[in-house]
Amino acid sequence: MDEPVCEVRDISKRFGGVLALDRVSLRLDAGEAHALVGENGAGKSTLIKILTGVHRPDGGTVRHLGRAVSFARPRDAQEAGISTIYQEVNLAPLLSVAHNLFLGREPVNRLGLLDHGRMRREASELLARYGVTVDVRRPLRELGLGIRQMVAVARAVSTRARVVIMDEPTSSLAPREVDLLTSVIDMLREQDIAVLYVTHKLDEVFRVCRRVSVLRDGRLVHTGPVSGTTRIGLVATMLGRPVAEVRRHGVTSFREAHQVRGAEPVLRAEGLVRGHVLNDVSVEVRPGEVVGLAGLLGSGRSETARAVFGADPLDAGTVTVDGRMRRRWNPGAAIRSGVCMVPEDRKADGIVPGLSVRDNITLAALPRLTRAGLVSRGARDRIVETFVRRLGIKVSSPDQKVGELSGGNQQKVLLARMMCLHPKVLILDEPTRGIDVGAKAEIQALIDELAESGLGVLLVSELEEIVEGAGTVLVLRDGTAAGVLRGDEIGEHRIMELIASAAPEKPAHDPAYEPVNEPPDEPSDEPPDEPSYEPAREHGGDLGDGRGDE
Amino acid sequence: MAATSVTGAAMSEALTSGRTARAARLRLPDHGVYLALGALLLFNLLFTANFATVANLRLQLVQVAPVAIVALGMALVIGTEGIDLSVGSTMAIAAALLPLYLGYGPWPAIGVAVLAGAFIGLVNGGLVAYGIQPIIATLGLLVAGRGVALVLADGRLVEIFDPTLAAIGGGQVLGVPVPVLAALGLACAAGFVLRRGAFGRRVVAVGGNRAAAVLAGLPVRRTLITVYVISGLLAAVAGVLTTGRQGASDPSFTGLLIELSAITAVVVGGTPLAGGRVRVLGTLVGALLMQLIIATVIQHDLHDSTARMIQAAIIVAAVHAQRDRSGT
Amino acid sequence: MTTGQARRAAPPLPAASGRGAALAQRHGAALVLLVVVLLGSLAFGDRFFGLGNLGTIALDGSSLVLIATGMTFVIVSGGIDLSVGSVLALAGVLSAYGSRWGTAGAVLLPLVVCGLIGLVNGLLVGRARLAPFVVTLATLLFARGLAFAVSQEGNQVYIIPGDLVVTRAGQATVLGVGVPVLIALAVFAAGVVALNRTRFGLWVFAVGNGGDAAGLMGLPVTRVKAGVYVLSSLLAGLAGVLIAAQTASGLPTLGEGRELEAIAAVVIGGTLLSGGSGSLGGTLAGVLLLKVIQNLINQVGTLSSYYQQVVGGAFLVLVVLVQAALARRRQL
Repeated sequence: MDEPVCEVRDISKRFGGVLALDRVSLRLDAGEAHALVGENGAGKSTLIKILTGVHRPDGGTVRHLGRAVSFARPRDAQEAGISTIYQEVNLAPLLSVAHNLFLGREPVNRLGLLDHGRMRREASELLARYGVTVDVRRPLRELGLGIRQMVAVARAVSTRARVVIMDEPTSSLAPREVDLLTSVIDMLREQDIAVLYVTHKLDEVFRVCRRVSVLRDGRLVHTGPVSGTTRIGLVATMLGRPVAEVRRHGVTSFREAHQVRGAEPVLRAEGLVRGHVLNDVSVEVRPGEVVGLAGLLGSGRSETARAVFGADPLDAGTVTVDGRMRRRWNPGAAIRSGVCMVPEDRKADGIVPGLSVRDNITLAALPRLTRAGLVSRGARDRIVETFVRRLGIKVSSPDQKVGELSGGNQQKVLLARMMCLHPKVLILDEPTRGIDVGAKAEIQALIDELAESGLGVLLVSELEEIVEGAGTVLVLRDGTAAGVLRGDEIGEHRIMELIASAAPEKPAHDPAYEPVNEPPDEPSDEPPDEPSYEPAREHGGDLGDGRGDE
Repeated sequence: MAATSVTGAAMSEALTSGRTARAARLRLPDHGVYLALGALLLFNLLFTANFATVANLRLQLVQVAPVAIVALGMALVIGTEGIDLSVGSTMAIAAALLPLYLGYGPWPAIGVAVLAGAFIGLVNGGLVAYGIQPIIATLGLLVAGRGVALVLADGRLVEIFDPTLAAIGGGQVLGVPVPVLAALGLACAAGFVLRRGAFGRRVVAVGGNRAAAVLAGLPVRRTLITVYVISGLLAAVAGVLTTGRQGASDPSFTGLLIELSAITAVVVGGTPLAGGRVRVLGTLVGALLMQLIIATVIQHDLHDSTARMIQAAIIVAAVHAQRDRSGT
Repeated sequence: MTTGQARRAAPPLPAASGRGAALAQRHGAALVLLVVVLLGSLAFGDRFFGLGNLGTIALDGSSLVLIATGMTFVIVSGGIDLSVGSVLALAGVLSAYGSRWGTAGAVLLPLVVCGLIGLVNGLLVGRARLAPFVVTLATLLFARGLAFAVSQEGNQVYIIPGDLVVTRAGQATVLGVGVPVLIALAVFAAGVVALNRTRFGLWVFAVGNGGDAAGLMGLPVTRVKAGVYVLSSLLAGLAGVLIAAQTASGLPTLGEGRELEAIAAVVIGGTLLSGGSGSLGGTLAGVLLLKVIQNLINQVGTLSSYYQQVVGGAFLVLVVLVQAALARRRQL
């Protein structure tokens, strides 16, 4: 207990001109679960990546098991006993569960050949300890997100780790799986393993962890026992605002409820069905109304948003805009009829990184700016100038490449791309994910302003934004609607209840727990998958440069 | 909030300063191909006998024209993150069709040949738009197309005595060979469309981020099909020009391996294989550079093989220089 | 070049049709091969399904089996190797050139040089992170250039003395099967073991899954990538040596377009060009299918050999179309 298992002292890390970590010190003791919280961009990811050998610190020291260490590669950190579970499960989706579990330390037989039988056996046993019974020969991608997450946990823990880092491990877990994870963490603690638990969910901090450290703008602003702090105190520390102010205004920059004009919905989507991900979901948006979609990751939030926009083919369902039912619904048609979407995954589905800010903003407006196949430069430049100023997009010139901008400015470019079309309905899928606090507040205020001006907004976001920003909330669970909340009914607690209510008890419904020896052709046991699961996509750009880190 | 705005300012400052530094560093790769061409020209002017003669320059340009024309279409295709391996076979089919339809007059024959090229492009584009990897989709037509050309011509070289075709392939306007004029004209058209036209924006958007282009409501499939049709058209034009210049339709060797030369020209010219950007002038210069390397090596009594090895080194150098940017 | 495909995890689905489609994708080539062989046997009897003709097919296909085996490793790792055709020619020329130092020279010289070329490919792809397509396009030119340079621009054809072990082995048969065929099969079998039963093979799959996952899981990604390109070049080199041994000479013009044939065979065999998934069994079926179809067209006396290419190309397109349709069904 005297000697910490792992300790960082005065760690600094700089990306280009940005100081991502500023003399951060943190110690992890054996058998403790230590929470690390902070806003996006506070430096949590950078700290993790230094501990795991992805980044090297510019200053400061890392001590592990009593020795100063310097990890050159992730492999070094793993061999030293530091395992990590990344937020976007960083495993190989096409490989089998067993292979994923043993990759890098595969059992071999006397001939030096892989011992598949042993791998399978041990994989099944290992997973069974975490309550997961699944055919370990199946490719990982065929399994639900929750199972993938548990596989990642099992992999990390089974490597004789002394330190396990969990980066937002519950973002894709159902309530029951969260309980399971909590007991796994207790198990680890009993084995004197230190757990660094990075999360956004403050409930979990109080439930799981003994100590908590708060990062803000790259600096450690608080560290201490969980028992000595309160939820609102933590929020205030994270945001760097006085407790009283947070209590008064809430966490976000949304104002009080909007006036919803006109009873007729401008957009109505009914009976949306898509494979296993959406099952009879309906949603309406009135002018001036902010409709929130709440639910766990994989519950069908983004899928609903994409379906309403016509981005994915539907098996059934209709979309009605302005009272007219639309056929041949696709993004082009949606945009033409005034329904626009800013997608969830900025890098994968949003920006064209190599193109200029100007081209990115006017991408969707191209058809309107084109005469006889030629783009009208004057009209284009006016749009760009207007929206760069209105949204306060920080660019050196309209010719700057979007890939060079910060996450917040990229998000504003995407908002501008859709706002310049003067939509009637704006679908925003996680508009504030992964951007800094300032830009977040600006975007929240902008959503308010747009709704005020009579635009209908369909918002997918974190719980607190939904609670404070939306006037109507549709709660989704497993691709179906779990309930609708209006006005004063909306509250974090109420939403969580709906998400948890009637949580799948019957195993047939929850494919995660299928028996191992079930015949492989049983159609009912396929899990609802999470199409927005992006293997390693987000980390892709982050390894080389720090831009957009967190 | 104060801390936030400081960070914001620092970040934007960092971005701008980082940008100028990067701009300075990137200038070389951006213009590397022009510098390389300039250096090679200078070397030839100083050390190669009879280099700066009109006849020699004309010869070099005529030889590079078909490659340049094919490379223009290839550049568009590569701009959409695709590749077109079938261009050589398309040239061969165009060449094989010419003698079959010359009986109706030279222009109808040319029309048939060019239409055939567009049709091959349509098939390629359709396959790619359906979701088949461009390498494989166009590989199929590379193999099958050459076979079709050989079947059409029964595997024989056919001599062509048509004055119109001869004029197109070997004639000159104001001292400039027609194929060279064609290449320049097509390059200007491509440059204009890419710079000013909505089609050009669509091409680079599809290549830069296809998912984003779909979600921005752009007609992605139509754009893909169009670039492959253009590539097929241009390959057929190159086939007609080559046939006219040779005075013979040669289905076995017309356009053989030209896909590699064209891809090389495009890549050396600064268009990344990952798509999202098209360099028209760079492509022309890249084609010229590769041609001049062969000419220089041969005029200095070295061998063809040496030229290939130098070309290999230049390709690697070019992509290595472009590497940093394509990563962002 | 594969951003679009691998990005979204495919939702798994209606199991029956999905699994059927998966099965068809995996073993489709073998099934079609069986059908084609059956039809060929019915149509031509012993002229097709006789020992003599089958031996011809096997000998003809042996070099492609070697190249396609290496290509499978490369493609599963998420790359592509365009240089193999040129490397094959270079190996043949170097083998003939090196035969002045006996069998050792005829075998070792080409293999060492080809291994080095593969290493250059691998380091440029793995360490410098350049696009495999362009890197191997450059080595395609380089190896061909070197082959011509060694053979005095093709004017000098080196002859391998017929009394060397390598030539005798290359032209010998064991129980009626050519030694090159046996070598190719042995290498293929070793490849199957390496890909499916060794850590290296598993790592090749992991690297081919894309993204940074393999690196974050602590695998030596650069070494794995370097490894597959070295392997691919070595196998292409071996194929070149075997051809040189059969013909007792090395020609710098050999193997043009062979890389495309190998890629076609691998893809027909059900290996995904986007990496991370594939099988050597499929590749073998793909090679045999291409060769059997060529052979059958030759059997039809009235068809000119040009139809080989037409049918071959059309067949490739058909196969990828079916594969794409199956993949769609799986993803729905």
